[in-house]
Amino acid sequence: MERRTLFEGWFLPAVLVLPQLLLTAFFFLWPAGEAIWWSLTRQDPFGLGSAFVGLENFSELFADPLYVDAIVRTVFFCATVSVLAMGVALLLAVFADREIRGRAIYRTLLIWPYAIAPAISAVLWLFILNPQVGLLGRWLNAHGVPWDYTINGGQALLMVIIASAWKQVSYNFIFFLAGLQSIPRAVTEAARMDGAKGWHRFRTITLPLLSPTTFFLLVVNLVYAAFDTFGTIYALTRGGPGKATETLVIKVYRDGVVNLDLGSSSAQSVVLMAGVIALTAIQFRFMARRTDA
Amino acid sequence: MSARTDWLAHIVLGLGVLLFALPVWLVIAGSTQDSGAIARGELSLLPSLDLSAYPRVLTHGTMGTKPVWHMLLVSGGMALAIAGGKIVISILSAYAVVFFRFPFRRTAFWLIFITLMLPVEVRIIPTYAVMSDFGLINSFTGLSVPLIASATATLLFRQVFVAIPDELVEAARMDGAGPLRFLRDILIPVSAANIAALFVILFVYGWNQYLWPLLVATDPGLDTIVIGIVKMIGVETQTEWSAVMATAVLALLPPVIVVVLMQHWFVAGLTEGEK
Repeated sequence: MERRTLFEGWFLPAVLVLPQLLLTAFFFLWPAGEAIWWSLTRQDPFGLGSAFVGLENFSELFADPLYVDAIVRTVFFCATVSVLAMGVALLLAVFADREIRGRAIYRTLLIWPYAIAPAISAVLWLFILNPQVGLLGRWLNAHGVPWDYTINGGQALLMVIIASAWKQVSYNFIFFLAGLQSIPRAVTEAARMDGAKGWHRFRTITLPLLSPTTFFLLVVNLVYAAFDTFGTIYALTRGGPGKATETLVIKVYRDGVVNLDLGSSSAQSVVLMAGVIALTAIQFRFMARRTDA
Repeated sequence: MSARTDWLAHIVLGLGVLLFALPVWLVIAGSTQDSGAIARGELSLLPSLDLSAYPRVLTHGTMGTKPVWHMLLVSGGMALAIAGGKIVISILSAYAVVFFRFPFRRTAFWLIFITLMLPVEVRIIPTYAVMSDFGLINSFTGLSVPLIASATATLLFRQVFVAIPDELVEAARMDGAGPLRFLRDILIPVSAANIAALFVILFVYGWNQYLWPLLVATDPGLDTIVIGIVKMIGVETQTEWSAVMATAVLALLPPVIVVVLMQHWFVAGLTEGEK
């Protein structure tokens, strides 16, 4: 792992690593430090000063039923988006891994949606599900299903889940396909010879061998659903109607940027940071174990 | 292998392709239709031959927005600056960390690594405050430079550089190559495929940003195409739907072209980086 052949000197490497360090310090570490500091203080209403209040912002935050609701909503949203996006992707990857004609074309046609921005996927789904202009939304209303995600919270949540999961499928597809291709043919052939049939073979051989990929993707999808979907949700519903689609990130934005509540917004940021750190730690733990084995 | 056609696979994959193609086809078809008809709910999957919405949005935009060519320019500039910047500073820092031993090397590496855990979304307000302290709100620098720090790219290049055999470094040194020549003449050419893959990922990342530009640029002159289109759908009354759909198509196209053209490198780079 460690190199034996190195270049001499410390000045050149220090200069080389400096730009990255400066950017990291100014735009990551400093703001993160400031968020932690603000989360422990309270601004007086006239903006004249601030007082240290310890963990008061946090205890208020978790005592607030609206915040607890947002946590529950976010967990539900993340879990549904991840399961949907990974399930569809795995199904497609299994079939794209078969020796069929035109599979290179299928792959390209399933990979390109990686390039779609979360906010753009919101625009695309608007034209399908909007009650006035959307193709499917209008059809539903014409056939006696009252569909309007701008007033019905449940429908709004369903819509942002669909738009968010849809955008993530191709990313998962790329990884599942790579995972499937790295399973030695000999293993699946041997199982076939032993008489293991389709579904049984998939469940007992393929799925366990794919579990590192699945686990990696689960973490990535949870992080995606929690953070990157801001564009999708904000473009479609702004977190509404009411708070029906308000995830934790939308709430930080609404409380901080729109309502200018610094203390609470910073405390929320710190809670989110703890969440990301925990997820990243779990992931690296797991990956380290994999490479040791 | 049996010569029989695997119908089930074709059906499942065909449905999958449709699942992605249909929403995009719908906006392509809609961009050629009459806005009034779309507003009345007469959006159809059949396109017409009327492409006039494209030159219209490119040169004029829609009500209250900048022309779309301008937004495309901002998005393109931002995506290129982010992708290029990230690649350059990540190569430099990975090179320093792998090929030199200097004081606080580990500290530097960990400081960079930590940024993985601090995406913009978790530090919205304080980052805005720091930006305004620097006077970077509503500037192109503010839009691009803060997103250039990259732990992911540094980790990837570190992985590539660590795998380079000691003999190669030894040989270069025997030939009298200094550290910078070694970087330029050997290391960068050897990692060209990784650079290409990373470029695709980072270009898409930069192009698709939404929260960051929303936060630091309120000046319409700095609207990216993604910001612009969300503004367009925000005004639901009297929306010029065909113009919105044409803009959506134009917003989609550049990153999709980059991904499709560089698919081979991109897929290999993406899946290898995560090992």
